[in-house]
Amino acid sequence: MHELKVTGFGGQGVIRTGMIIGKALSLFGGKHATLTQSFGPEARGSACSAQVVIDEDPILYPYITGIDVLIAMSQEGYSRFRTDLREDGILVYEKELVTTDEPPGRRMYGIPATRIAEDLGVKIAANLVMIGFFSAVTDIVDIEAVRKAVPGTVPSRFLDLNLTALQKGYDYGLELIGRADKVAAGEEAE
Amino acid sequence: MIKADPAGVLTGAHYLDGDEACAEGAIAAGCRFLAGYPITPSTEVAEHVAARFPMVGGTLIQMEDELASMAAVVGGVWGGTKSMTVTSGPGFSLMMENIGLAVMMETPCVIVNVQRGGPSTGLPTMPGQADMMQARWGSHGDYEVIAVAPNSPQECFDLTIEAFNLSERFRNPVFVMMDECVGHMTEKVVIPPADEIEVEPRFEYRGDPKEYLPYKVNGGNEYGIPIPPMLHAGQGGYYHTTGLTHDERGYPDMSPECQEWLLRRLVDKIRLHRDQLVHVEEDGVEGAEVVVLSYGISSRVATRGIALAREQGIKVGHIQMKIVWPLPDRRIDEVAGRVKGLVTVEMNYGQIALEVERIAAGRCRTSLVGHAGGTVQDPEKIAETIEEAAR
Repeated sequence: MHELKVTGFGGQGVIRTGMIIGKALSLFGGKHATLTQSFGPEARGSACSAQVVIDEDPILYPYITGIDVLIAMSQEGYSRFRTDLREDGILVYEKELVTTDEPPGRRMYGIPATRIAEDLGVKIAANLVMIGFFSAVTDIVDIEAVRKAVPGTVPSRFLDLNLTALQKGYDYGLELIGRADKVAAGEEAE
Repeated sequence: MIKADPAGVLTGAHYLDGDEACAEGAIAAGCRFLAGYPITPSTEVAEHVAARFPMVGGTLIQMEDELASMAAVVGGVWGGTKSMTVTSGPGFSLMMENIGLAVMMETPCVIVNVQRGGPSTGLPTMPGQADMMQARWGSHGDYEVIAVAPNSPQECFDLTIEAFNLSERFRNPVFVMMDECVGHMTEKVVIPPADEIEVEPRFEYRGDPKEYLPYKVNGGNEYGIPIPPMLHAGQGGYYHTTGLTHDERGYPDMSPECQEWLLRRLVDKIRLHRDQLVHVEEDGVEGAEVVVLSYGISSRVATRGIALAREQGIKVGHIQMKIVWPLPDRRIDEVAGRVKGLVTVEMNYGQIALEVERIAAGRCRTSLVGHAGGTVQDPEKIAETIEEAAR
């Protein structure tokens, strides 16, 4: 079982991030994935988070009880939930927006997701960059399942841009963890 | 029963939240009219219906408030459509008067309440299950209702269809008692092909419209439920219907005799046929020392608590009530006579638990695992209560 939390501020596509990961796992990944969300009464700018419980078996308890993987898109979100990250948990973060304060030995991976998305001309696709990155640096969801999950969850006219953003994040992740050779061999890039 | 209209059935596997799944269930069941007023955490049901109705020829009206919403639903049904409204706690309170009107006029309709923490404005974005007694008794007068309680987005889809079907079978309002957790929880939902979805059509009048008496029961419907057939506006008849105590013609008759004649049937059509309204999922009840009763989101959490108690060697059974009103009282009665304890798990300070206590009538221990809402139950607490009940 994995307990995943995505956190950031409203408007960053935090809930959508949880939605795409959960959809990829439960419709195309052969897993059970329950997504819950928490948000304040405000629409944008407030701290919000999405929680995904992932399991081989049907999920009974719908909420997370700790964090195995924290995807942090904002400083506030990171600061608020970092203490819930389990000792062997993984931190995946937006490295230009989050300054980390983790104990030695923490498995952590940073990416300038917003800047990569801005370079593509679609700042709001930063979350897709993050999902691709998450797929590459953890072994929780296969990138192919994520690709199948994207249509229907983003506006269709932006589908190609979103898939490109996803790929950028994925490639960045593979490079970071030193699996770039596999990309060159075409094993995981398709 | 007939097969669902394929136009309204989004066959396939989807990743939906409970609110969206409820909307899809309603559309699959044939709902083509929704009147409502937005309120967290139920708004997504109406939003999803608003996006989908243009594809199936449905009509959604955002009314000025919840009183008007419920009134419009009654009108929609008498106009010939399957109709629903969607709300949460405070809005549910405002609907109560016209829910009574729907009962009195025998209007088949569905009211979805995505429960949040109350009373009053309470916890708008957090779950509760404390409107269960309000669903049962919130409007004035003596009456019966039917209520279902889903525990997942899949059940939101399935039980909303069942709610529409039961409303037609009994000509009565039916409540879908969701909660914020289930409503905002996203999971895989499988929508079957239209020809695998059974839909109950309206029990319609087939005779000469000029001779139609709106409250004359001619043997009732095929299920043996003593309800009169409906003739809709525009079908050529003139008739009267009212919230006042009325005779066969639908005309007011304010006498104790007419009140007894009408109310006896309105209550008995459900009370005497409640064996048709037992929908439970049981696990390990035979031979159990303790049986847990639960519904809605609490039933999933209870399953985890039960697993913990079973690890301690306790024989625990589970009855998940998918239809909560009317309660499966005969089944609870049977079980109460041969177990050490009945444990009710619900997100309130004891509503269904009091009913269980009444049915058990001192023959076994009865306990509640309850709290005021805002989050779901702690499985450890459920396990502890089971252990105490088994001692």
